[in-house]
Amino acid sequence: MKEQPIIEIKDVSFEYPALEEGEKNIRALDHVNLEVRKGEFVGVIGHNGSGKSTLSKLLNAIILPTEGDVLVKGLNTKDEKSTWDIRQAAGMVFQNPDNQLVASIVEEDVAFGPENLGVIPSEIRKRVDNSLETVGMSKFKRKEPHNLSGGQKQRIAIAGILAMEPECIIFDEPTAMLDPNGRKEVMRTIKKLNEENEMTVLHITHYMDELVDADRIIVLDKGRIIMEGTPREIFSQVDKLKEIGLDVPQMTAVAHDLRQDGFDIPASLLEVDEMVNAICQLKSRT
Amino acid sequence: MSIKIENLGQTYSKGTPFEYRALKNVNLEIEDGEFVGLIGHTGSGKSTLIQHLNGLLTPTEGTVYVDGQDIFQESKEDLVKLRMKIGLVFQYPEHQLFEETVAKDVAFGPKNLGLSPEEIDKRVKEAIKLVGLNYDEIKDKSPFELSGGQMRRVAIAGVLAMKPRVLVLDEPTAGLDPAGRDEILNQIKKLHEQEGITVILVSHSMEDVGRLVDRIIVMNDGEVAYFDKPKEVFKHVKELENMGLAAPRVSYLMKALKEHFPEVDDEIFMIDEAVAEIEKLLKSEKGEDAHV
Repeated sequence: MKEQPIIEIKDVSFEYPALEEGEKNIRALDHVNLEVRKGEFVGVIGHNGSGKSTLSKLLNAIILPTEGDVLVKGLNTKDEKSTWDIRQAAGMVFQNPDNQLVASIVEEDVAFGPENLGVIPSEIRKRVDNSLETVGMSKFKRKEPHNLSGGQKQRIAIAGILAMEPECIIFDEPTAMLDPNGRKEVMRTIKKLNEENEMTVLHITHYMDELVDADRIIVLDKGRIIMEGTPREIFSQVDKLKEIGLDVPQMTAVAHDLRQDGFDIPASLLEVDEMVNAICQLKSRT
Repeated sequence: MSIKIENLGQTYSKGTPFEYRALKNVNLEIEDGEFVGLIGHTGSGKSTLIQHLNGLLTPTEGTVYVDGQDIFQESKEDLVKLRMKIGLVFQYPEHQLFEETVAKDVAFGPKNLGLSPEEIDKRVKEAIKLVGLNYDEIKDKSPFELSGGQMRRVAIAGVLAMKPRVLVLDEPTAGLDPAGRDEILNQIKKLHEQEGITVILVSHSMEDVGRLVDRIIVMNDGEVAYFDKPKEVFKHVKELENMGLAAPRVSYLMKALKEHFPEVDDEIFMIDEAVAEIEKLLKSEKGEDAHV
């Protein structure tokens, strides 16, 4: 039997009510189908207003679909009895680190989730320590969150989610407000979670280079999935991505321009080394 | 307007256990009409520096001259006048939108200057047009029903309506998608070219800054590490990395290529220039027809 996907989005549409009476509702998602399997790293890209955040909010029952069904671990988000199980199973990390921390001491903040789940104190202690260890913030457990950098705050937010022992984590632009160092820290943490802890990850971002190692990338535009594939398959379609207002990694852009001028460079190239190799090969062919 | 920063220093919470030296001995001269990028990781002193430019912070050492005048020697009234000339756009400026309509929000600044209603009206129209929005379409809308990129442009219009001679923008593209980012940056570039405004752009993106500015200021640990043309700054890849920064990807590519092909120009950091240089390299020994 096929293993049940952790997340199933079945023919889901979502409409926000119109701003003024008499106007049509705003359709944020339009018949979207998506499955995420255990241990997968799925990236979601799309410009502002493409439906990315709507998608993420549907996954733990913050909003409910207008049409279709969202299932997490086989539980339907429309079933109110499952809401808390779903929220425990699908943790979310948001854009603004300052909006997610609630306590005045790091370890208390991480304990907030499991405390609300009614976990026994000795178990909470264990979970808090393990979670902080996983995100590399154990040293800071007695510190005050407001003194930490943006990247550190996001790692604390991630630890808080981990302490609830979720099956998957949805990251909704977790690096958008961070500086390059903070971005690196957070991306390293997310990748480690996926690779070492086999955490299922749904990562929503504007930054294409964060998705180079993803198993699969979904491109959203006007509420629909318009592209789906491996990073190489997606990034090599430079013209299509540019058309909908998205960036491609710089090396892929260089490769694209060279190809357009008739040079035999692989379209799916992502890294500096690959580009150097491709150019050396072309040169040696003469 | 030219800006001269002389031996500027700022120590926060002086004389307490929390004393922190955010700026040390900063010396910079920015010319009238120049487009300058300001880069440095979080905590390097970027924001502290720009808050001195219109007197939001008073230096603990040194001073700032605007058009030759020491702005911290001036009387209070003169300082107020000066602030109108130096427009500061903070991070996430759309959080500062508050009026019912876009037109009212942009008018807030000029209204406080005590200008006549006609002049205010004129400035609001101009400012909205300058940020690339359609005045008639947008004037009566609530700022809160606009997209993120539009809200940010309305907020910038509010500063432009003050008719500043220097525009300082603190990470104006943070949190925007690539299309929104390009929109804002292209508008700023146009403003700089058309109106001749001096622009100081704080950014985390070497790619963006390298493409746009005349010179880059790199701040590190409260000090100016570099103040030079982009291609000169990007030569210091190792040093930039040690400061938690990086050169554009293209710089890395050109440097790696130079190791194999010494004739490559490794000062290139923009995609189109790199493509041209690589094509030159590929064609050089092969002859014109071999590559297709």
